[in-house]
Amino acid sequence: MKIWINNKEYEAEPGESVLEVAIRNKINIPHFCYHEDLPVGASCRTCLVEIKDTGKIVTSCTLKAENGLKVSSETEKVKRLRLKNIELLLANHYKNCPKCQQGLFCPVAKEAKEYSASMTKYDNPEKKSEVHNIGGAIEFDPRLCIACNKCVAVCKKLGIGILEMKGKNIDNHATINQDRNIDCIYCGQCTVHCPVGAIREKSEIESVERALNDDNKIVIAQMAPSVRASIGEEFGLPVGTDLTGQIYTAFRKLGFDKVFDVNMGADITTIIEAEELIERIHNNKNLPMFTSCCPAWVKFVEFYHPEIIDNLTTARSPQIHAGAAYKTWWAKKEGIDPKNIVVVSFMPCTSKKYEAHSEKFKVDGLSPVDYVLTTREFATLLRKQSINISNLESSEVDTPGTFSGAGVIFGASGGVMESALRTAYNKMTGKDLNKLEFEEIRGIEGIKKASIKIGEKTLNVAVVSTMKNAKKIIKEMNKYDYIEVMACPGGCIGGGGQPIPTTLRITKKRAKALYSIDSKMKMRKAHENPIVKDFFDNLPDSDREKILYTTYSRKNKFE
Amino acid sequence: MNIIEKIERAGLVGRGGAEYPTAKKWQDVRLAPGDQKYVICNASEGEIGLFKDIFILENYTEQVVRGMILALEYLETKDAFFNINEKYYHQIESKILKIIDKYNQQGYNIQFFIEEPSYIGGEETALLNAIEGKRTEPRLKPPYPSIEGLYGKPTLINNVETFYNVACVDDNTFSATRFFSISGKIKNPGVYQLPDDITIEKLLKETNNLPDFDFFVQIGGSASGLVLNKEQIKEQKMIGAGGLEVYDKTTPPKDVVLRWLKFYQKESCGKCTPCRVGTYQLYNLVKNNSEIPWSEVFEILETLKETSFCALGKSVEVPITSYYKNVL
Ligand code: SF4
Repeated sequence: MKIWINNKEYEAEPGESVLEVAIRNKINIPHFCYHEDLPVGASCRTCLVEIKDTGKIVTSCTLKAENGLKVSSETEKVKRLRLKNIELLLANHYKNCPKCQQGLFCPVAKEAKEYSASMTKYDNPEKKSEVHNIGGAIEFDPRLCIACNKCVAVCKKLGIGILEMKGKNIDNHATINQDRNIDCIYCGQCTVHCPVGAIREKSEIESVERALNDDNKIVIAQMAPSVRASIGEEFGLPVGTDLTGQIYTAFRKLGFDKVFDVNMGADITTIIEAEELIERIHNNKNLPMFTSCCPAWVKFVEFYHPEIIDNLTTARSPQIHAGAAYKTWWAKKEGIDPKNIVVVSFMPCTSKKYEAHSEKFKVDGLSPVDYVLTTREFATLLRKQSINISNLESSEVDTPGTFSGAGVIFGASGGVMESALRTAYNKMTGKDLNKLEFEEIRGIEGIKKASIKIGEKTLNVAVVSTMKNAKKIIKEMNKYDYIEVMACPGGCIGGGGQPIPTTLRITKKRAKALYSIDSKMKMRKAHENPIVKDFFDNLPDSDREKILYTTYSRKNKFE
Repeated sequence: MNIIEKIERAGLVGRGGAEYPTAKKWQDVRLAPGDQKYVICNASEGEIGLFKDIFILENYTEQVVRGMILALEYLETKDAFFNINEKYYHQIESKILKIIDKYNQQGYNIQFFIEEPSYIGGEETALLNAIEGKRTEPRLKPPYPSIEGLYGKPTLINNVETFYNVACVDDNTFSATRFFSISGKIKNPGVYQLPDDITIEKLLKETNNLPDFDFFVQIGGSASGLVLNKEQIKEQKMIGAGGLEVYDKTTPPKDVVLRWLKFYQKESCGKCTPCRVGTYQLYNLVKNNSEIPWSEVFEILETLKETSFCALGKSVEVPITSYYKNVL
């Protein structure tokens, strides 16, 4: 099927909208409420085209491609109407937007500029509502909301639904449902779907800058697996570009004293989690075992399903394991007072902020991780220092950040389980796996199931992402021995702190980059990591509990 | 003759404003696949200048309900909703409940959905959302309610007057009349039932309402209706939902326009940009200037007309443009 957009012929699939064809062919038609993974809302009215035959103006998101259809997005009429709608949509945005004020323009503001739309021509009434802080992870400024509905739609689609559109006419905007039985899990999918930064991560950039400027502090940077495969998008590089080495260089340029890697923490987590799995299987206790490295999932269990708390692995998560390792084992080795260490995690995630600030992880009074920046905040930090990451030379991680390939794949849905299985196999059979790849639990499908033979034993496993799928699996959890759950579609690689836009298609490409890094590594099993071995060898028995394990408890709304 | 033939022969069209052929609408729902179907009587009547639905409900309650029963029979279903404006409900509650109870005892299931009075609440798909407990805002069409309506099931939605007409058609008492809501600066406001092809001038004469001062009118409804001058009403017949309002031509234009804009900016559901923000900006633009800044007003009006999501937003320009062209 062929259609014409702006006098050029394009191939279209049956059922595809004109906007989808345009996006696929990189034709810029501005759109603020459309997202390829969400139902079409058609409310922003900016993706306008004119149909050649009839002269009718329609939204391209709702216009289905038909053979021979000819449309234009650049007639005078379309330009005029589009401009007006962009101006109406962004009335008040500039005035209230802290980012615009700093000259850090988001894609929407850039789009407004591109179309010479005034962001100050129209004045909307001031919404009296103040900025809401959600769990120290997310904040929501209703004054910036352009009522595109994407946050509401994604939150509902993922199985939570705490956001809703409220108010008629000019008052319509996203709000937080006050129902006591619905709570936010801080996954941040709303923030990665907000086109204007009205709902966004709670920024910690200033705290990090302060630490970097403090000569008395040893500031450590550690990045999560997923950040290396996505930060490039913020600087115009193709999706799925691995920038591991460039990121290390960037950290050094930003003034971090030490450059470590959350992947090392992932190797610790893998070992603890694999051991616990084996023990539970051996004792046939608290099965299935659920992963717990996703704090949004943990919050979901603690709020919605406290009855399965005992099924969560008691292993702490990678950033927490690593942070505590730096502040104990490494600090001791280096003769540094851990009080002077500041650990900054770079994560694809907002709920990691919530996790890092949790009192329960403190070791000797210190939080293992002091600050968490999302991938987007990382990009902002770099831009503020005029560092373009794509121009940097690659460099190596500092030795204490050494990691295995198993740590890298933690970022993709199925990766935590695959890493644990690589190690569990070794521990259960005393042998090494011939083939390390567990293909059946890879990929972005929301529910993946497999039966995996380890020696004499067959493990029934499931890997799920999003709470909607988690609800389904909880209902039938007795069929399984081990279940990995991540809150975000496709796992952390599609996380709420990742660059905008994030879509399933983009997530897939990013995940591929992680698996490719793993496949090229020599050391691909957590238990082979010499740094981790050294850490365990020097870990006094008396410290194991407080550094390696955690507990859970029933939570109330916003707790 | 069966009911659908009778409706077709009588040439019934929707009386909520859209004037869609009633027989066609009924057949669409009948032919739509699905074991569960719904009938909805729309008594929202949220536009200013319209009050004929409540008149019919008060005076012909029995006929309206019987029209619904005929639809239920035709569609072989029992389930219906009465989407009713809260104000109206209190006015007719005691009368209508008795009739509906009678039918419900015979196995029908007619329920009330009492809505907060609003303009958008009368839009067919917005009304479906409201009954389903969702936000009162229009849905994307297609799918049309006749195929995927209430809870995704084929649904017939007709206005109060249409159901009344259906009952008359069935009784063979139907004559080609309609109900007119007449208001404004006149002596005898009220609802009149007269031939549907009467000209507006004649309508004013026959109801003893022809002004003796310089005037203009708005027909269809007093928000979305068309504005016409004295000359134009000689030929013009009624349109839309049958409202007729008479205005004094000496009323300051700002007052005339502001009344429409005040209504629209309040009634916009808030879903789409041009209507949500556009009507608000228009209202302020007119309110805060001593003279109406026409070119700026028309810029926004064009955007509303061409790009609004639903008919509410698209219609904002109708009264204002026609007022400007025909009266000023
Ligand atoms: S035009 Fe848009 S904002 Fe106005 S009522 Fe329709 S959908 Fe709602």
